[in-house]
Amino acid sequence: MPVAATSNFPIQQNRATLRKTLVACGALLSALLLAILVTSLVGSERLPSGGALCALVSLGTNQCGLTSDQFDILFQIRLPRILLAAAVGGSLATAGASYQALLRNPLAEPYLLGISNGAAVGTMLALVFFGRLEWSRPLMAFAGALLATFAVYRLARGKVGASPERLILAGVIVTTLLSSVIVFVTTLMDATRIRSFTFWLLGDLSGASRGLLPLALAITITGAIALTFNARSLNLLMLGERDAFDLGVEVGRIRIIVFVVASLLVGSSVAASGSVGYVGLVVPHLARLSLGSDNRISIPSAALGGALFVIVADTIARTVIAPRELPVGAITALIGAPLFIYLLKRS
Amino acid sequence: MLEARDLTIQYGDRKAVDTASLLLRPGIVTALIGPNGAGKSTLLRSLNGQIRPAAGKILLNDEPLEKFTRRSIAKQIAVVAQEAELRFPVSVLEFVLGGRFVWASGSGWGWESERDIEVAETVLKETDLSELSGRLMSELSGGERQRAVLARALATEAEFLLLDEPTANLDMSHQATLLSLVKQRCDERRAAALVVTHDINLASQFADVVVLMKAGQAVKTGNSAEVLTPELLLEVFQVNVLVDAHPVSGVPRVTPVHETFRHF
Repeated sequence: MPVAATSNFPIQQNRATLRKTLVACGALLSALLLAILVTSLVGSERLPSGGALCALVSLGTNQCGLTSDQFDILFQIRLPRILLAAAVGGSLATAGASYQALLRNPLAEPYLLGISNGAAVGTMLALVFFGRLEWSRPLMAFAGALLATFAVYRLARGKVGASPERLILAGVIVTTLLSSVIVFVTTLMDATRIRSFTFWLLGDLSGASRGLLPLALAITITGAIALTFNARSLNLLMLGERDAFDLGVEVGRIRIIVFVVASLLVGSSVAASGSVGYVGLVVPHLARLSLGSDNRISIPSAALGGALFVIVADTIARTVIAPRELPVGAITALIGAPLFIYLLKRS
Repeated sequence: MLEARDLTIQYGDRKAVDTASLLLRPGIVTALIGPNGAGKSTLLRSLNGQIRPAAGKILLNDEPLEKFTRRSIAKQIAVVAQEAELRFPVSVLEFVLGGRFVWASGSGWGWESERDIEVAETVLKETDLSELSGRLMSELSGGERQRAVLARALATEAEFLLLDEPTANLDMSHQATLLSLVKQRCDERRAAALVVTHDINLASQFADVVVLMKAGQAVKTGNSAEVLTPELLLEVFQVNVLVDAHPVSGVPRVTPVHETFRHF
């Protein structure tokens, strides 16, 4: 007997739909644009709000009464940094959300799995061997992230598949191993570089290379779109690899896509700003808690939410003890760790 | 038709399946029985390509299985297994809609169509889960979850159903309901089902064909009266059994006669 499509199943309202996704992403995108505008006005150098907003809205085509110094601060320093924060946050949250779905582990996160450290070692090697080639950093960071991903995956995968505990343990092993490599290289540096390097390791956008901004933004946007387009397969992978296989998912292909795209995301973000922790853990959790587990809605929402989160965190980092700055990673950890404890207790 | 021809599957040096043959035909429920470690689940798992055979062929409608893509195999062959542990909250309806993945137009994107929702609601009704469709899978009992797994397989509208111990967690009434549903799907839509089970009497009651496996080999294939004989069951299970006719259905009824009963 055919059943009418317009039945009164209560879950219909809670199920992820295209409309719900567009509404959520629209709201987050508006909040993100608003945050970019507002945080552009905040900083150690005070800018006239009206003029700055006018210049921003005109996308820099109109100086709107700002002095050329103020105009440069806004467009050469502040806005690129905010956009880089958005790229870093979007990348890490998207990577975290996809690792969690693929590895069926709510605790999977680039930082905790050692993938950020892999990218950090790659960046360091690029600095040591190809110091002048700016593009070598994201490339080597990508290679480092990809190698760390495969190492964790191979270590975690026992005869019966990767259990959550094994995965985290493998992450700890890879993290500590790579940390010792980082420490080894750091001790070879001269004293003046050690401080800036330590800042960078903790996640720091202040020394961020502007040259990498277009690349980081492009990778974040295409990466988030690519992973969202595989979200329905990831939904089935969250139920287990065997179930996903039975239901028609090409498990191996999706695994490669996620590993490569997420490594690109982590690589470009670490090359630009070091290891900003907790973004990939907290933001996808918040997205799933508020919008449900369906990756078609949680991955794009996490991407936008992550961008928002790191913009806010970096604004705090560069203003709270102005004119001095904190590394943004310290702020994300300060916000992220208690929030994560709360989430753990709640669940 | 789904056919395994002289299939051999090896785990290292051990042959889990040894030149076994099996044929699933439209409208027919086939039960696969045998002792633990006989290779039943391995054989079932090979039929949708999850385990690759070392020798022999699997033919899906007379074409080798390797010729088909993963999606096209999943569209034709659905599997009901013990579901894996869930680590993310998923509602029953979302879980069942997973069966409609193969019908999506894109490879991994796409939203469920009205037809997908319609099919999901129909199978939820058939499996008596309509009331629970909004609940989280983790809130269901083991038996309810097993029905949801069947509902998801039915939602694929596949013509072949492979069920790996589908009644293991179910009470008596739901065991019968689940297998009735499978039989109904075979009768009404000319689907073919393979049921791996340890419950010989359930197999006798619901299966049109029974395949008896021992040490990786299909030792006997036939209707329940031909396969469920005391001699064959003693040979395969090493247990003396009493076989009589079920008082209502007339199908063979198997009762083990354990050593301890001999004193009575």
